[in-house]
Amino acid sequence: MEQDARALAQAVAADEARRAARWQLRFRLGWGLLIALLAGFMVISLNVELDFIARATPFIIEGIWLTLIVSAASIVLATFLAAVGALGRLSSNAIVNALASFYVSFFRGTPLLLQLLVWYLALPQVGIILDPIFCAIGALGMNYGAYMTEIFRAGIQAVPLGQREAAAALGMSSRTAFLRIVAPQAFRIIVPAIGNDFVAMLKDSALASTVALQEIVWRARNVGQKEFKTLQTFMIAAMIYWALTIIFSTFQNRIEKRLAAGDRNKETKG
Amino acid sequence: MSANVNVDRTHVHKLHPAEKPGILVKAGAEPVLKATNVTKWFGENHVLRGASITVWPGETVCILGRSGSGKSTFLRSLNFLEDPTDGVVEIDGVTVTADPFHKEGGERQSRIRDLRLRAGMVFQEFNLFPHLSVIENCVEAPVHVKGMARKEAEAIAEKYLAKVGLSEKRDEYPSRLSGGQRQRVAIARALTMQPKVLLFDEPTSALDPTLVGEVLKVMADLAHEGRTMIVVTHEMDFAHEAADRVYYMDQGEFAEVGPPEQVIDAPKDPRTKEFLSRFRTLGSKK
Repeated sequence: MEQDARALAQAVAADEARRAARWQLRFRLGWGLLIALLAGFMVISLNVELDFIARATPFIIEGIWLTLIVSAASIVLATFLAAVGALGRLSSNAIVNALASFYVSFFRGTPLLLQLLVWYLALPQVGIILDPIFCAIGALGMNYGAYMTEIFRAGIQAVPLGQREAAAALGMSSRTAFLRIVAPQAFRIIVPAIGNDFVAMLKDSALASTVALQEIVWRARNVGQKEFKTLQTFMIAAMIYWALTIIFSTFQNRIEKRLAAGDRNKETKG
Repeated sequence: MSANVNVDRTHVHKLHPAEKPGILVKAGAEPVLKATNVTKWFGENHVLRGASITVWPGETVCILGRSGSGKSTFLRSLNFLEDPTDGVVEIDGVTVTADPFHKEGGERQSRIRDLRLRAGMVFQEFNLFPHLSVIENCVEAPVHVKGMARKEAEAIAEKYLAKVGLSEKRDEYPSRLSGGQRQRVAIARALTMQPKVLLFDEPTSALDPTLVGEVLKVMADLAHEGRTMIVVTHEMDFAHEAADRVYYMDQGEFAEVGPPEQVIDAPKDPRTKEFLSRFRTLGSKK
Protein backbone atom coordinates (compact mmCIF):
# COMPACT_ATOMS: atom_id res chain seq x y z
CA MET A 1 0.00 0.00 0.00
CA GLU A 2 2.67 2.46 1.11
CA GLN A 3 4.67 1.51 -1.98
CA ASP A 4 1.71 2.05 -4.30
CA ALA A 5 0.89 5.41 -2.75
CA ARG A 6 4.47 6.59 -3.19
CA ALA A 7 4.57 5.45 -6.82
CA LEU A 8 1.34 7.33 -7.47
CA ALA A 9 2.72 10.49 -5.87
CA GLN A 10 5.86 10.27 -7.97
CA ALA A 11 3.86 9.73 -11.16
CA VAL A 12 1.68 12.78 -10.35
CA ALA A 13 4.75 14.93 -9.66
CA ALA A 14 6.44 13.80 -12.88
CA ASP A 15 3.30 14.56 -14.87
CA GLU A 16 3.06 18.02 -13.32
CA ALA A 17 6.69 18.74 -14.22
CA ARG A 18 6.11 17.56 -17.77
CA ARG A 19 3.12 19.80 -18.21
CA ALA A 20 5.00 22.79 -16.75
CA ALA A 21 7.89 22.19 -19.16
CA ARG A 22 5.51 21.96 -22.10
CA TRP A 23 3.85 25.25 -21.07
CA GLN A 24 7.23 26.97 -20.90
CA LEU A 25 8.16 25.64 -24.34
CA ARG A 26 4.92 26.90 -25.90
CA PHE A 27 5.29 30.25 -24.21
CA ARG A 28 8.79 30.70 -25.67
CA LEU A 29 7.70 29.47 -29.08
CA GLY A 30 4.93 32.05 -28.99
CA TRP A 31 7.40 34.81 -28.28
CA GLY A 32 9.81 33.57 -30.92
CA LEU A 33 7.04 33.48 -33.52
CA LEU A 34 5.92 37.02 -32.75
CA ILE A 35 9.47 38.34 -32.95
CA ALA A 36 9.99 36.54 -36.25
CA LEU A 37 6.76 38.10 -37.58
CA LEU A 38 7.87 41.55 -36.54
CA ALA A 39 11.29 41.08 -38.12
CA GLY A 40 9.73 39.66 -41.26
CA PHE A 41 7.37 42.62 -41.57
CA MET A 42 10.29 45.00 -41.26
CA VAL A 43 12.45 43.22 -43.81
CA ILE A 44 9.71 42.78 -46.40
CA SER A 45 7.84 46.06 -46.22
CA LEU A 46 10.71 48.43 -45.50
CA ASN A 47 13.25 47.29 -48.07
CA VAL A 48 15.75 47.27 -45.30
CA GLU A 49 18.35 49.65 -46.61
CA LEU A 50 21.11 48.55 -44.32
CA ASP A 51 23.37 51.47 -45.10
CA PHE A 52 20.67 53.97 -44.05
CA ILE A 53 20.04 52.06 -40.83
CA ALA A 54 23.77 51.92 -40.16
CA ARG A 55 23.92 55.71 -40.57
CA ALA A 56 20.78 56.52 -38.58
CA THR A 57 21.19 54.16 -35.64
CA PRO A 58 24.27 55.72 -34.01
CA PHE A 59 22.64 59.15 -34.31
CA ILE A 60 19.46 57.96 -32.58
CA ILE A 61 21.35 55.99 -29.93
CA GLU A 62 23.16 59.13 -28.88
CA GLY A 63 19.77 60.31 -27.58
CA ILE A 64 19.84 57.65 -24.88
CA TRP A 65 21.96 59.89 -22.70
CA LEU A 66 19.48 62.73 -22.71
CA THR A 67 16.60 60.32 -22.14
CA LEU A 68 18.36 58.79 -19.15
CA ILE A 69 19.49 62.11 -17.72
CA VAL A 70 16.05 63.70 -18.04
CA SER A 71 14.34 60.61 -16.60
CA ALA A 72 16.74 60.32 -13.69
CA ALA A 73 16.62 64.02 -12.81
CA SER A 74 12.82 64.02 -13.12
CA ILE A 75 12.38 60.98 -10.88
CA VAL A 76 14.60 62.61 -8.25
CA LEU A 77 12.54 65.80 -8.41
CA ALA A 78 9.30 63.79 -8.40
CA THR A 79 10.42 61.73 -5.39
CA PHE A 80 11.29 64.87 -3.47
CA LEU A 81 7.96 66.52 -4.34
CA ALA A 82 6.06 63.33 -3.51
CA ALA A 83 7.71 63.08 -0.09
CA VAL A 84 6.84 66.68 0.72
CA GLY A 85 3.39 66.30 -0.85
CA ALA A 86 2.59 63.13 1.10
CA LEU A 87 3.58 64.78 4.38
CA GLY A 88 1.35 67.68 3.40
CA ARG A 89 -1.57 65.36 2.60
CA LEU A 90 -1.14 63.72 6.00
CA SER A 91 -0.65 66.97 7.88
CA SER A 92 -3.19 67.98 10.47
CA ASN A 93 -2.70 71.58 9.33
CA ALA A 94 -5.62 72.41 7.05
CA ILE A 95 -3.73 74.98 4.96
CA VAL A 96 -0.76 72.69 4.35
CA ASN A 97 -3.15 69.90 3.48
CA ALA A 98 -5.08 72.15 1.09
CA LEU A 99 -1.85 73.16 -0.63
CA ALA A 100 -0.80 69.54 -1.12
CA SER A 101 -4.17 68.33 -2.34
CA PHE A 102 -4.44 71.30 -4.72
CA TYR A 103 -1.04 70.36 -6.18
CA VAL A 104 -2.09 66.75 -6.68
CA SER A 105 -5.45 67.65 -8.15
CA PHE A 106 -4.12 70.24 -10.60
CA PHE A 107 -1.15 68.29 -11.92
CA ARG A 108 -3.07 65.05 -12.22
CA GLY A 109 -6.04 66.81 -13.71
CA THR A 110 -4.29 68.31 -16.74
CA PRO A 111 -2.42 66.62 -19.60
CA LEU A 112 1.31 66.09 -19.19
CA LEU A 113 1.87 67.32 -22.76
CA LEU A 114 0.01 70.53 -22.01
CA GLN A 115 2.09 71.07 -18.87
CA LEU A 116 5.26 70.57 -20.89
CA LEU A 117 4.15 73.10 -23.48
CA VAL A 118 3.38 75.61 -20.77
CA TRP A 119 6.92 75.31 -19.48
CA TYR A 120 8.41 75.74 -22.93
CA LEU A 121 6.02 77.99 -24.86
CA ALA A 122 3.91 79.86 -22.30
CA LEU A 123 6.37 80.73 -19.57
CA PRO A 124 8.51 82.87 -21.93
CA GLN A 125 5.43 85.10 -22.20
CA VAL A 126 5.99 86.13 -18.57
CA GLY A 127 9.72 86.41 -19.09
CA ILE A 128 10.77 82.96 -17.93
CA ILE A 129 12.85 81.32 -20.63
CA LEU A 130 14.23 77.92 -19.80
CA ASP A 131 16.45 75.50 -21.65
CA PRO A 132 14.42 72.55 -23.07
CA ILE A 133 16.12 70.13 -20.69
CA PHE A 134 14.92 72.11 -17.67
CA CYS A 135 11.44 72.37 -19.15
CA ALA A 136 11.36 68.60 -19.52
CA ILE A 137 12.68 67.91 -16.03
CA GLY A 138 10.35 70.47 -14.49
CA ALA A 139 7.25 69.23 -16.31
CA LEU A 140 7.90 65.51 -15.85
CA GLY A 141 9.06 65.93 -12.26
CA MET A 142 6.07 68.00 -11.17
CA ASN A 143 3.58 65.80 -12.97
CA TYR A 144 5.00 62.52 -11.68
CA GLY A 145 5.44 64.10 -8.25
CA ALA A 146 1.67 64.58 -8.10
CA TYR A 147 0.96 60.93 -8.92
CA MET A 148 3.68 59.74 -6.58
CA THR A 149 2.35 61.90 -3.74
CA GLU A 150 -0.66 59.63 -3.58
CA ILE A 151 1.52 56.52 -3.74
CA PHE A 152 3.71 57.79 -0.92
CA ARG A 153 0.68 58.71 1.14
CA ALA A 154 -0.81 55.26 0.67
CA GLY A 155 2.54 53.69 1.58
CA ILE A 156 2.75 55.65 4.79
CA GLN A 157 -0.84 54.85 5.65
CA ALA A 158 -0.24 51.16 4.98
CA VAL A 159 1.98 50.98 8.05
CA PRO A 160 -0.37 49.60 10.72
CA LEU A 161 -1.71 52.00 13.34
CA GLY A 162 -0.36 49.66 16.02
CA GLN A 163 3.18 50.64 15.02
CA ARG A 164 2.46 54.29 15.76
CA GLU A 165 0.73 53.36 19.00
CA ALA A 166 3.64 51.23 20.14
CA ALA A 167 6.03 54.07 19.36
CA ALA A 168 3.82 56.55 21.21
CA ALA A 169 3.50 54.23 24.20
CA LEU A 170 7.31 54.12 24.37
CA GLY A 171 7.31 57.91 24.72
CA MET A 172 8.32 58.80 21.17
CA SER A 173 7.20 62.15 19.80
CA SER A 174 5.21 61.87 16.59
CA ARG A 175 8.28 63.16 14.73
CA THR A 176 10.58 60.48 16.15
CA ALA A 177 7.93 57.83 15.57
CA PHE A 178 7.60 58.89 11.95
CA LEU A 179 11.31 59.04 11.21
CA ARG A 180 12.38 55.89 13.07
CA ILE A 181 9.36 53.61 12.88
CA VAL A 182 6.88 54.58 10.16
CA ALA A 183 9.14 55.92 7.41
CA PRO A 184 11.49 52.90 7.20
CA GLN A 185 8.49 50.58 6.86
CA ALA A 186 6.74 52.84 4.35
CA PHE A 187 9.99 53.00 2.36
CA ARG A 188 9.84 49.28 1.63
CA ILE A 189 6.34 49.66 0.27
CA ILE A 190 7.21 52.75 -1.78
CA VAL A 191 10.51 51.76 -3.44
CA PRO A 192 9.01 49.31 -5.94
CA ALA A 193 6.56 52.04 -6.98
CA ILE A 194 9.41 54.49 -7.60
CA GLY A 195 11.04 51.87 -9.84
CA ASN A 196 7.81 51.42 -11.75
CA ASP A 197 7.48 55.14 -12.24
CA PHE A 198 11.05 55.41 -13.44
CA VAL A 199 10.36 52.87 -16.16
CA ALA A 200 7.21 54.78 -17.14
CA MET A 201 9.17 58.03 -17.08
CA LEU A 202 11.73 56.62 -19.55
CA LYS A 203 8.95 56.45 -22.08
CA ASP A 204 7.08 59.64 -21.14
CA SER A 205 10.33 61.54 -21.55
CA ALA A 206 9.71 61.10 -25.31
CA LEU A 207 7.22 63.97 -24.99
CA ALA A 208 10.22 66.24 -24.56
CA SER A 209 10.90 65.83 -28.28
CA THR A 210 8.07 68.34 -28.76
CA VAL A 211 10.12 71.02 -26.98
CA ALA A 212 13.17 70.39 -29.17
CA LEU A 213 15.06 68.27 -26.69
CA GLN A 214 17.35 66.07 -28.76
CA GLU A 215 16.50 62.80 -27.12
CA ILE A 216 15.67 59.49 -28.84
CA VAL A 217 12.35 60.37 -30.49
CA TRP A 218 13.50 63.82 -31.64
CA ARG A 219 16.50 62.25 -33.32
CA ALA A 220 14.45 59.45 -34.89
CA ARG A 221 12.02 61.95 -36.33
CA ASN A 222 14.62 64.35 -37.66
CA VAL A 223 16.90 61.81 -39.24
CA GLY A 224 13.91 59.94 -40.67
CA GLN A 225 12.00 62.88 -42.09
CA LYS A 226 14.92 64.07 -44.18
CA GLU A 227 14.84 60.91 -46.29
CA PHE A 228 11.20 60.02 -45.73
CA LYS A 229 12.18 56.95 -43.73
CA THR A 230 10.54 57.54 -40.37
CA LEU A 231 9.13 53.99 -40.34
CA GLN A 232 12.67 52.70 -40.07
CA THR A 233 13.88 55.30 -37.60
CA PHE A 234 10.83 55.03 -35.33
CA MET A 235 11.29 51.27 -35.31
CA ILE A 236 14.87 51.77 -34.18
CA ALA A 237 13.71 54.16 -31.47
CA ALA A 238 11.07 51.67 -30.35
CA MET A 239 13.71 48.93 -30.03
CA ILE A 240 15.90 51.22 -27.93
CA TYR A 241 13.04 52.06 -25.53
CA TRP A 242 12.04 48.44 -25.37
CA ALA A 243 15.56 47.35 -24.51
CA LEU A 244 15.90 50.08 -21.88
CA THR A 245 12.59 49.06 -20.32
CA ILE A 246 13.60 45.42 -20.15
CA ILE A 247 16.96 46.27 -18.61
CA PHE A 248 15.50 48.55 -15.95
CA SER A 249 12.59 46.24 -15.18
CA THR A 250 15.02 43.40 -14.52
CA PHE A 251 17.06 45.69 -12.36
CA GLN A 252 13.96 46.79 -10.50
CA ASN A 253 12.79 43.22 -9.92
CA ARG A 254 16.10 42.51 -8.32
CA ILE A 255 15.83 45.47 -5.95
CA GLU A 256 12.31 44.42 -5.06
CA LYS A 257 13.41 40.87 -4.28
CA ARG A 258 16.25 42.13 -2.16
CA LEU A 259 13.94 44.44 -0.21
CA ALA A 260 11.49 41.65 0.41
CA ALA A 261 14.22 39.30 1.54
CA GLY A 262 16.09 41.93 3.57
CA ASP A 263 15.31 40.42 6.92
CA ARG A 264 15.99 36.87 5.93
CA ASN A 265 19.43 37.63 4.53
CA LYS A 266 20.54 39.20 7.75
CA GLU A 267 19.13 36.39 9.80
CA THR A 268 21.03 33.57 8.19
CA LYS A 269 24.21 34.64 9.90
CA GLY A 270 22.55 34.79 13.35
CA MET B 1 -20.38 75.39 21.02
CA SER B 2 -17.66 74.62 23.46
CA ALA B 3 -17.97 77.99 25.14
CA ASN B 4 -21.25 77.29 26.87
CA VAL B 5 -20.35 73.81 28.03
CA ASN B 6 -19.47 74.22 31.64
CA VAL B 7 -18.07 71.17 33.25
CA ASP B 8 -16.53 71.02 36.67
CA ARG B 9 -13.00 69.72 36.06
CA THR B 10 -11.79 69.74 39.64
CA HIS B 11 -11.95 66.06 40.37
CA VAL B 12 -11.27 64.81 43.85
CA HIS B 13 -9.75 61.38 43.76
CA LYS B 14 -11.86 59.16 45.98
CA LEU B 15 -11.13 55.53 46.52
CA HIS B 16 -13.76 53.11 45.37
CA PRO B 17 -15.74 52.11 48.48
CA ALA B 18 -14.17 48.65 48.36
CA GLU B 19 -10.71 49.81 47.33
CA LYS B 20 -7.87 49.02 49.70
CA PRO B 21 -4.19 48.40 49.02
CA GLY B 22 -3.32 44.77 48.45
CA ILE B 23 -2.01 42.93 51.50
CA LEU B 24 1.60 43.05 50.29
CA VAL B 25 1.67 46.87 50.03
CA LYS B 26 3.82 48.48 52.70
CA ALA B 27 1.91 50.51 55.26
CA GLY B 28 1.90 54.20 54.40
CA ALA B 29 3.00 53.68 50.80
CA GLU B 30 1.67 56.26 48.35
CA PRO B 31 -0.21 55.09 45.25
CA VAL B 32 1.94 55.05 42.10
CA LEU B 33 -1.04 55.45 39.79
CA LYS B 34 -4.31 57.22 40.31
CA ALA B 35 -6.91 57.57 37.62
CA THR B 36 -9.95 59.60 38.57
CA ASN B 37 -13.35 59.74 36.93
CA VAL B 38 -12.10 58.56 33.53
CA THR B 39 -14.91 59.16 31.07
CA LYS B 40 -15.04 58.46 27.36
CA TRP B 41 -17.65 59.19 24.77
CA PHE B 42 -17.22 57.80 21.26
CA GLY B 43 -19.78 60.02 19.55
CA GLU B 44 -23.08 59.11 21.19
CA ASN B 45 -21.59 56.03 22.79
CA HIS B 46 -20.81 56.33 26.49
CA VAL B 47 -17.92 53.87 26.79
CA LEU B 48 -16.45 54.89 30.14
CA ARG B 49 -18.69 56.27 32.84
CA GLY B 50 -16.28 57.84 35.25
CA ALA B 51 -14.06 54.90 36.20
CA SER B 52 -11.42 55.40 38.90
CA ILE B 53 -8.56 53.21 39.97
CA THR B 54 -5.75 53.42 42.51
CA VAL B 55 -2.67 51.25 42.29
CA TRP B 56 0.05 51.02 44.91
CA PRO B 57 3.68 50.10 44.16
CA GLY B 58 4.32 46.40 43.81
CA GLU B 59 0.72 45.48 43.14
CA THR B 60 -0.64 43.45 40.29
CA VAL B 61 -4.15 44.50 39.42
CA CYS B 62 -6.29 42.60 36.94
CA ILE B 63 -9.22 44.19 35.16
CA LEU B 64 -11.88 41.71 34.14
CA GLY B 65 -15.04 42.24 32.19
CA ARG B 66 -16.83 41.07 29.12
CA SER B 67 -15.92 42.25 25.61
CA GLY B 68 -17.09 45.78 25.00
CA SER B 69 -17.28 46.64 28.68
CA GLY B 70 -14.69 49.40 28.18
CA LYS B 71 -11.75 47.79 29.98
CA SER B 72 -9.31 48.16 27.06
CA THR B 73 -10.42 51.75 26.47
CA PHE B 74 -9.87 52.41 30.15
CA LEU B 75 -6.35 50.94 30.05
CA ARG B 76 -5.51 52.90 26.89
CA SER B 77 -6.76 56.07 28.57
CA LEU B 78 -4.20 55.62 31.34
CA ASN B 79 -1.37 56.53 28.91
CA PHE B 80 -3.57 58.68 26.66
CA LEU B 81 -3.44 56.43 23.60
CA GLU B 82 -7.15 57.11 23.98
CA ASP B 83 -7.89 60.71 24.85
CA PRO B 84 -10.60 60.57 27.51
CA THR B 85 -13.50 63.02 27.45
CA ASP B 86 -13.08 63.71 31.14
CA GLY B 87 -10.90 62.63 34.04
CA VAL B 88 -7.41 62.86 35.47
CA VAL B 89 -4.52 60.40 35.39
CA GLU B 90 -1.55 60.65 37.70
CA ILE B 91 1.41 58.30 37.42
CA ASP B 92 4.44 58.70 39.66
CA GLY B 93 3.86 62.41 40.16
CA VAL B 94 3.03 63.31 36.56
CA THR B 95 -0.55 64.48 36.18
CA VAL B 96 -2.47 64.83 32.92
CA THR B 97 -6.08 65.99 32.71
CA ALA B 98 -8.54 65.28 29.92
CA ASP B 99 -8.54 68.06 27.33
CA PRO B 100 -11.51 67.32 25.07
CA PHE B 101 -11.57 70.79 23.52
CA HIS B 102 -7.82 70.84 22.81
CA LYS B 103 -7.30 74.01 24.79
CA GLU B 104 -3.87 73.05 26.07
CA GLY B 105 -0.91 73.08 23.74
CA GLY B 106 2.43 71.38 23.36
CA GLU B 107 3.20 71.47 27.06
CA ARG B 108 0.47 68.89 27.65
CA GLN B 109 1.87 66.72 24.87
CA SER B 110 5.27 66.66 26.52
CA ARG B 111 3.62 65.84 29.85
CA ILE B 112 1.82 62.93 28.16
CA ARG B 113 5.18 61.69 26.86
CA ASP B 114 6.57 62.02 30.36
CA LEU B 115 3.65 59.99 31.66
CA ARG B 116 4.22 57.33 29.02
CA LEU B 117 7.85 56.94 30.06
CA ARG B 118 6.52 55.84 33.44
CA ALA B 119 4.01 53.38 32.01
CA GLY B 120 5.21 50.58 29.76
CA MET B 121 2.57 48.99 27.56
CA VAL B 122 2.14 45.51 26.14
CA PHE B 123 -0.41 45.18 23.35
CA GLN B 124 -2.70 42.38 22.30
CA GLU B 125 -1.13 42.37 18.82
CA PHE B 126 2.46 42.74 20.14
CA ASN B 127 3.23 45.64 17.77
CA LEU B 128 6.91 44.83 17.52
CA PHE B 129 8.79 46.88 14.92
CA PRO B 130 9.25 44.45 11.99
CA HIS B 131 12.21 46.31 10.47
CA LEU B 132 14.24 46.03 13.67
CA SER B 133 15.83 43.00 15.28
CA VAL B 134 14.83 41.90 18.77
CA ILE B 135 17.60 43.83 20.48
CA GLU B 136 16.99 46.88 18.29
CA ASN B 137 13.30 46.77 19.19
CA CYS B 138 14.28 46.93 22.84
CA VAL B 139 16.86 49.73 22.65
CA GLU B 140 15.12 51.96 20.08
CA ALA B 141 13.21 54.06 22.61
CA PRO B 142 15.83 54.11 25.39
CA VAL B 143 18.37 55.44 22.87
CA HIS B 144 16.16 57.77 20.83
CA VAL B 145 13.76 58.95 23.52
CA LYS B 146 15.73 58.82 26.74
CA GLY B 147 19.05 59.56 25.04
CA MET B 148 20.69 56.59 26.69
CA ALA B 149 24.03 55.32 25.35
CA ARG B 150 23.48 52.32 23.07
CA LYS B 151 25.83 50.07 25.05
CA GLU B 152 24.05 50.83 28.27
CA ALA B 153 20.63 50.28 26.72
CA GLU B 154 21.76 46.98 25.24
CA ALA B 155 23.01 45.79 28.60
CA ILE B 156 19.62 46.53 30.14
CA ALA B 157 17.77 44.95 27.22
CA GLU B 158 19.89 41.80 27.44
CA LYS B 159 19.06 41.48 31.10
CA TYR B 160 15.34 41.57 30.34
CA LEU B 161 15.63 39.32 27.30
CA ALA B 162 17.27 36.80 29.61
CA LYS B 163 14.39 37.23 32.03
CA VAL B 164 11.81 36.43 29.35
CA GLY B 165 14.00 33.54 28.18
CA LEU B 166 14.93 34.88 24.75
CA SER B 167 18.63 35.76 25.03
CA GLU B 168 19.49 33.60 22.06
CA LYS B 169 16.94 35.41 19.84
CA ARG B 170 18.75 38.72 20.34
CA ASP B 171 19.52 39.26 16.64
CA GLU B 172 16.46 37.64 15.10
CA TYR B 173 13.75 39.61 13.36
CA PRO B 174 10.19 39.49 14.73
CA SER B 175 8.93 37.68 11.61
CA ARG B 176 10.98 34.66 12.64
CA LEU B 177 9.48 34.37 16.10
CA SER B 178 6.37 32.58 17.31
CA GLY B 179 3.51 34.63 18.73
CA GLY B 180 4.49 33.73 22.28
CA GLN B 181 8.09 34.75 21.65
CA ARG B 182 6.97 38.00 20.08
CA GLN B 183 4.89 38.88 23.09
CA ARG B 184 7.79 38.06 25.42
CA VAL B 185 10.01 40.39 23.35
CA ALA B 186 7.30 43.05 23.65
CA ILE B 187 7.44 42.61 27.43
CA ALA B 188 11.24 42.91 27.40
CA ARG B 189 10.94 46.01 25.23
CA ALA B 190 8.56 47.62 27.73
CA LEU B 191 10.81 46.65 30.64
CA THR B 192 13.92 48.12 29.01
CA MET B 193 12.33 51.55 29.41
CA GLN B 194 12.32 50.86 33.17
CA PRO B 195 8.76 52.07 33.73
CA LYS B 196 7.05 52.41 37.09
CA VAL B 197 3.93 50.59 35.92
CA LEU B 198 3.34 47.98 33.23
CA LEU B 199 0.04 48.05 31.36
CA PHE B 200 -1.04 44.82 29.64
CA ASP B 201 -3.90 45.00 27.12
CA GLU B 202 -5.19 41.44 26.72
CA PRO B 203 -1.64 40.18 26.14
CA THR B 204 -2.62 36.59 25.39
CA SER B 205 -5.83 37.09 23.40
CA ALA B 206 -4.12 36.98 19.99
CA LEU B 207 -2.07 33.89 20.82
CA ASP B 208 -2.45 30.31 19.79
CA PRO B 209 -3.73 28.47 22.90
CA THR B 210 -0.55 26.40 23.16
CA LEU B 211 1.54 29.60 23.43
CA VAL B 212 -0.51 31.35 26.11
CA GLY B 213 1.24 29.58 28.97
CA GLU B 214 4.76 30.84 28.26
CA VAL B 215 3.57 34.46 28.26
CA LEU B 216 1.46 34.08 31.39
CA LYS B 217 4.42 32.48 33.16
CA VAL B 218 6.64 35.48 32.41
CA MET B 219 3.88 37.80 33.62
CA ALA B 220 3.37 35.79 36.81
CA ASP B 221 7.12 35.93 37.50
CA LEU B 222 7.06 39.70 37.08
CA ALA B 223 4.06 39.95 39.41
CA HIS B 224 5.78 37.85 42.05
CA GLU B 225 8.95 39.88 42.01
CA GLY B 226 6.98 42.99 42.87
CA ARG B 227 6.46 44.75 39.54
CA THR B 228 3.51 47.10 39.46
CA MET B 229 1.18 45.84 36.78
CA ILE B 230 -2.30 46.51 35.47
CA VAL B 231 -3.52 43.62 33.37
CA VAL B 232 -6.66 43.59 31.25
CA THR B 233 -7.31 39.92 30.68
CA HIS B 234 -9.76 37.08 30.23
CA GLU B 235 -7.39 34.61 31.90
CA MET B 236 -9.24 33.82 35.13
CA ASP B 237 -6.60 31.42 36.41
CA PHE B 238 -3.89 34.03 35.94
CA ALA B 239 -5.96 36.69 37.70
CA HIS B 240 -6.64 34.30 40.53
CA GLU B 241 -3.04 33.29 40.91
CA ALA B 242 -1.12 36.52 40.26
CA ALA B 243 -3.42 39.44 41.08
CA ASP B 244 -3.37 41.24 44.39
CA ARG B 245 -6.64 42.86 43.49
CA VAL B 246 -9.22 42.41 40.78
CA TYR B 247 -11.47 45.07 39.25
CA TYR B 248 -14.59 43.94 37.46
CA MET B 249 -15.75 46.39 34.80
CA ASP B 250 -19.28 46.47 33.48
CA GLN B 251 -20.61 49.02 30.97
CA GLY B 252 -17.83 51.50 31.55
CA GLU B 253 -17.69 51.44 35.32
CA PHE B 254 -16.17 49.25 37.97
CA ALA B 255 -18.87 47.09 39.48
CA GLU B 256 -16.72 45.27 41.98
CA VAL B 257 -13.22 45.56 43.43
CA GLY B 258 -11.33 43.35 45.80
CA PRO B 259 -8.87 40.52 46.25
CA PRO B 260 -9.34 37.67 43.75
CA GLU B 261 -10.64 35.31 46.43
CA GLN B 262 -13.51 37.69 46.88
CA VAL B 263 -14.25 38.97 43.35
CA ILE B 264 -13.63 35.71 41.51
CA ASP B 265 -14.57 33.10 44.11
CA ALA B 266 -17.37 34.88 45.94
CA PRO B 267 -18.61 37.82 43.86
CA LYS B 268 -21.22 40.00 45.50
CA ASP B 269 -22.35 42.07 42.54
CA PRO B 270 -24.96 40.28 40.39
CA ARG B 271 -23.20 41.37 37.15
CA THR B 272 -19.89 39.88 38.30
CA LYS B 273 -21.71 36.71 39.33
CA GLU B 274 -23.34 36.36 35.96
CA PHE B 275 -20.07 36.94 34.09
CA LEU B 276 -18.16 34.42 36.16
CA SER B 277 -20.84 31.77 35.94
CA ARG B 278 -20.26 31.71 32.19
CA PHE B 279 -16.59 31.01 32.70
CA ARG B 280 -17.38 28.17 35.05
CA THR B 281 -19.77 26.49 32.66
CA LEU B 282 -17.60 27.09 29.63
CA GLY B 283 -14.85 24.87 30.84
CA SER B 284 -12.67 26.13 33.59
CA LYS B 285 -10.30 23.25 34.22
CA LYS B 286 -11.30 23.05 37.88
